[in-house]
Amino acid sequence: MNFIQKEFRHILRDTRTLIIMFGIPIVQILLFGYVISTEVKNAGIAILDLSKDQATIKITEKLTASGYFKIIKNLNSFDEIEEAFKQGNVKEVVIFEINFDKNLENFNSANVQLIADATDANTANIIVFYTSSIIQNYVNEQNKTIKMPFEIKIDERMLYNEELKSSFMFVPGIMAIILMLISAMMTSISIAREKELGTMEVLLVSPLKPVQIILGKVTPYFILSLINAVSILAVGYFVFDVPVTGSLILLMAETMLFILLALSLGIFISTVAKTQQFAMMLSMFALMLPTMLLSGFVFPIENMPVWLQVICQVMPPKWFIIIIRNIMLKGTGLLYIWKETLILFIFTAFFILLSVKKFKIRLE
Amino acid sequence: MFLNIDYQNLMTSLRVKNISKKYDKVQAISDISFNAEKGELFGLIGPDGAGKTTIFRILTTLILPDNGEVFFENLDIIKDFKKIRQITGYMPGKYSLYQDLTVEENLNFFAAVFGVKVEDNYYLIKEIYEHIAPFKKRLAGKLSGGMKQKLALCCALIHKPQILILDEPTTGVDAVSRKEFWEMLQKLKTQNITILVSTPYMDEAALCNRVALIQKGKILDIDTPENIISKFQHKLISVKSFDKQKLIKDLRSYEFSNSVFAFGESIHYTDKRQKTDVKEIVEYLINKNHKEIKVEEIKPNIEDCFMDLMKK
Repeated sequence: MNFIQKEFRHILRDTRTLIIMFGIPIVQILLFGYVISTEVKNAGIAILDLSKDQATIKITEKLTASGYFKIIKNLNSFDEIEEAFKQGNVKEVVIFEINFDKNLENFNSANVQLIADATDANTANIIVFYTSSIIQNYVNEQNKTIKMPFEIKIDERMLYNEELKSSFMFVPGIMAIILMLISAMMTSISIAREKELGTMEVLLVSPLKPVQIILGKVTPYFILSLINAVSILAVGYFVFDVPVTGSLILLMAETMLFILLALSLGIFISTVAKTQQFAMMLSMFALMLPTMLLSGFVFPIENMPVWLQVICQVMPPKWFIIIIRNIMLKGTGLLYIWKETLILFIFTAFFILLSVKKFKIRLE
Repeated sequence: MFLNIDYQNLMTSLRVKNISKKYDKVQAISDISFNAEKGELFGLIGPDGAGKTTIFRILTTLILPDNGEVFFENLDIIKDFKKIRQITGYMPGKYSLYQDLTVEENLNFFAAVFGVKVEDNYYLIKEIYEHIAPFKKRLAGKLSGGMKQKLALCCALIHKPQILILDEPTTGVDAVSRKEFWEMLQKLKTQNITILVSTPYMDEAALCNRVALIQKGKILDIDTPENIISKFQHKLISVKSFDKQKLIKDLRSYEFSNSVFAFGESIHYTDKRQKTDVKEIVEYLINKNHKEIKVEEIKPNIEDCFMDLMKK
């Protein structure tokens, strides 16, 4: 207990630590959030309206009125689509089928095709998402006044990157990175600091058991990481409208499991690192970079060479990101992610065992 | 004779037998043996790199010796390391205080680590702690060297250890604090605590009950400071002149010269002959054109003995 109190004092009295712990997460999430969302303002689109009737004109108007889109070109045939994309400033082409309004009236259903330039996957995804919500919005409005409800079928196509992986939902990735950073890096640094200042010598000579030292080190960071996870979710939800469709309890439980994993990694690193500097470098290169690059957060794993894909499989964040994406975005329950959870669990158990075992009761 | 030995064994609290330790290719200490008695202030005296810290780390169970054995009372330092850790007070070379905790918080923390309350053993540190009590709300990192040293001693004592191990406690501390510190140690002896101190300062040796002189991982001699001095066989001469550098050179080239060491202002000189002729030395120096020559016989101190033992 006393150890935990002492550890909290270390954290709270060191502005540098505080900035890393609470500043970086907020800055990162805002940065990622705004870098992605600002690009959708006034995005250039082209319209290929094959029916030019009342409904299509209304929808087109709604698209421009939203402020997200600017119509750069009105196309007349399918042949012009490719050309429009190649000019570069057209990000999406909206195609209304022939007899759009008529189909709506007669069959209660009409088709719109959205083709997006997915060279910039994030933007493409958002644009398509916005366009379809505007169209959906139109449908909802109309349905209020008409007795027979109708629907517009939206056919989305991503050009140039058909199998677009949604990194639009950046929150899972940010969470994985932040939790790795805070939990692993900060614990490993704080243990290395004790070694550097010589206080570890005294702790070792005391009757404290390794488990007590580890628990004392880990508990404060566990609590702070949890606070961080919650604040990331909150910022995601309130600032960027990232939903949590699944069970919040399950999400938090999985998050705790991941924090535990990161903490045990941190302790493991500290058993190797003798100085704070070394602990930091090791956490950066061994944890941070792989979390960013090899977890499928920034770059889709499917596009990597096979040998790199194999390496990705042993990256714990990868599994965590899959889990929270599923819970947050698809709203799936434990039934569908038990495999990933089990993998995380095995990782955690492995590293806890390893670090307790490697934790030296002597100096050498 | 036998009775005498038994009696000694009863008093002995720490027995170090033939310990050696090698780091990679460097032999840090070899074949170190000594005993320390209950309530004794035992000093390890030697320059930096002599192996003092290595010995202390072995005694505090922080590292394992390559061979040899150490017993405290009847506890084996290797097998019973957990018990040893409960009764050891250790103050490492770098004062291991938490710089970002206050004086009070440091003390409370170290008490808690050993499962005691500060009040329980306060009487033991009272006199020392009173020096720093006015600053108890100050961060340890903002204390002066002398105060840090006192706080570290309090932290090492708060669980009432039976053996206190202090690694170079006076290094980097001003002269007044050093004096105060040794006075505190003298008082602690009366609490029946076995105290081991290491120091590179030879003048501090005289303040110990017994000292072990250590050089390059080997013990040169173990005895009381008085006995060590009385073993000094030469006549020690202090020589001064206007030009100190030239004086050292000339004395070294003197035909009867045994040892010549600079010692602050003066030069400590010993002679190869049984009977050192002071007059002859003066004459020799006058011939060498030295001015303001001052030659006198003095009593050797521990450092002279150390230098002499090193030569052997």
